[in-house]
Amino acid sequence: MSADFLATLVKMALALGLLLNVVPVMVWVERRGSAFIQDRPGPNRLGPLGLFQALADAAKFVFKEDVTPTAADVPLYLAAPVLALLPALTTFSVVPFGPDLQVGSHLIHLVVADADAGVLLFLALASLGVYGVVMAGYASNNKFSLLGSIRASAQLISYELALTLSVVAVVIPVGSFRLADIVAYQRAHIWNFLPQFLGFMVFLVASFAETNRLPFDLPEAESELIAGFHTEYSAMRFATFFMAEYIAMTSLSALGVTLYFGGWSLPGVDLSGWTGAIVGLAVLVAKVAVCLGIYVWVRWSFPRFRYDQLMRLGWKVLLPIAIFNLILVAALTIAGKL
Amino acid sequence: METAVFLLFAFLAVASAGVVVAHKNPVYATMGLVLTLFSTAVLFVLLGAPFIATLQILVYAGAIVVLFLFVLMLLNITREETPQPGQPVQRWAAILAAAVFSGMAGMLLWRSYGQASQQPLTEQLVSLKGLAGDLFAEYLLPFEIVGLLLLVAVIAATVLARRPDTDELNATSQERKP
Repeated sequence: MSADFLATLVKMALALGLLLNVVPVMVWVERRGSAFIQDRPGPNRLGPLGLFQALADAAKFVFKEDVTPTAADVPLYLAAPVLALLPALTTFSVVPFGPDLQVGSHLIHLVVADADAGVLLFLALASLGVYGVVMAGYASNNKFSLLGSIRASAQLISYELALTLSVVAVVIPVGSFRLADIVAYQRAHIWNFLPQFLGFMVFLVASFAETNRLPFDLPEAESELIAGFHTEYSAMRFATFFMAEYIAMTSLSALGVTLYFGGWSLPGVDLSGWTGAIVGLAVLVAKVAVCLGIYVWVRWSFPRFRYDQLMRLGWKVLLPIAIFNLILVAALTIAGKL
Repeated sequence: METAVFLLFAFLAVASAGVVVAHKNPVYATMGLVLTLFSTAVLFVLLGAPFIATLQILVYAGAIVVLFLFVLMLLNITREETPQPGQPVQRWAAILAAAVFSGMAGMLLWRSYGQASQQPLTEQLVSLKGLAGDLFAEYLLPFEIVGLLLLVAVIAATVLARRPDTDELNATSQERKP
C-alpha cells in the first residue's frame, strides 16, 4: 500500500467522521435554537443542556418499526434514502481543509479529491441529490409524496441555475476551478464576499432552496403536504433523509465559506505545517458552524414562500441578478480592477 | 485496479442502457439512463478527461434527466406502460436507421484509420484550458451557431407554451358558442 493511498484513506475517514457527527449536533442545535427563538426551554432534561437528547433520538430511530407501504414500489422505495444521502456525503471531498502538508518526502494536499474542476464536480454531485427526493415521492405511491417530489424537481433545477452562475462569477477573477486555488487567491487578495457581494447574496438565497430549507421547504410543506416526499417513511429511513439534509447543508456551507470567506485560511495569519493543518481545520469548522447557525436562525424566523412566489423569485429576481453579477465581474476582470 | 474499475463501469453502462430500452416502467428506464450517464462519466475519468465527465453529470444526469422525470410525473404515468400495437413499417424503419447509423460510424472509422484524428486524446487537449482554447478560438463560429440554435429553440418553446391572451381566449370561446 503506497503512502499516498494511505493518506487518501485517512483524509476520507476524517471527512466522513466529521460529516456524520454534524448530524446529531445539528439536531440538538436545531431543537434548542428553535426553542430559544420561540422563547421556550426546548429539550433540556437529558444530560447537560439536553445534549444527550440527540443520542436518545438516534436510538429511537434505530428501534422504531420500519414500515413499507403495501402499494409502494419496493426497490425504489428502499433505495431512495440512500440516493439522497450519497451525493451529500461525496460533495465535501473537493473542499480543502488546510494548507499543503509535508510528511517525510510526501507533499500531502489537505483535500480528499484535489480535482482540476473541483467547483464543477461539487455542483455536479450535489445536483444528483434530487433523485433521492424524487424517487421517494414516486415510490411511496402517495399523492402528497408525489406532489412533494414534483415540487422538488422543479425547485432544484430553477435554483441550481442561479447558484451555478454566482459560483462562476467567483471563478472568473481566480482563473481556476480548483478550490485550493480559490483559497490561495483570497489569501493573496481579500475575502471574495466583499468584491462579489451581489453573487454572495444570490448564492446564499439559492443555497436555502437547494437544501430544501425554510423559507423554501416546499417539497415537505407540512401545512399542505403532510410531510411531502417523506410522508410514508419511518424509523431509520426517515432519519436518513434528515441526515442527508443536514449533511448537504454542511457541505454547501463548506463550499460557501471556501468561495466567499477564505475557506480554512485566516487573513494575516500564516498557516503551515502541522499546526497550520490543525488550526486550518478548526477555522473551517468554525466558519461552517456559523453558517449552520444562520440556517437555523433563518428557518425559525421566516414564513414559507408560496410556490408561485418561489418560482418568481428564482427566475425573475435571482437569475437576472446572477447574470448581471457575472457580466459585471467579467467586465471588471478584463479592466483589471479585480 | 484501473482495469477492474473499467470493467465494472463498462458493464454497468451497458446493462443500464439495456434497462433504459427494455424496462416497461418509464421511471425505472429513466433511472437506468441516469446510471448509464454516470457510468460513462466514470469511463471519461479513466480516459483522463475529468472535465468532460463532470459536465456530463452536471448537465445531463443533474438537469436534463430531472426534467424527464418531472414531465413523467406530471403525465401521471402508470406502472406498466404497454407499448402501442406497432406498425409493421416501424420495424423496417428501425432496421434502416440502425443500418444507416452503423454504416456512418463504420465509414468514419475507415476514413480516419491511421490519420491524425484517430490519435488518442492527450491530457492537454481534454483539459479545461485545452477545451476552452478549441471552443472559443478555433471553433468559435460553430460554437456561436449552436448557441443561436439553442436560443431559437427556447424562443420557439416559449411561444408554443405561452398562455393565450385574454382577448384571444374570449374570441375562441365566442366562436365555440353556437
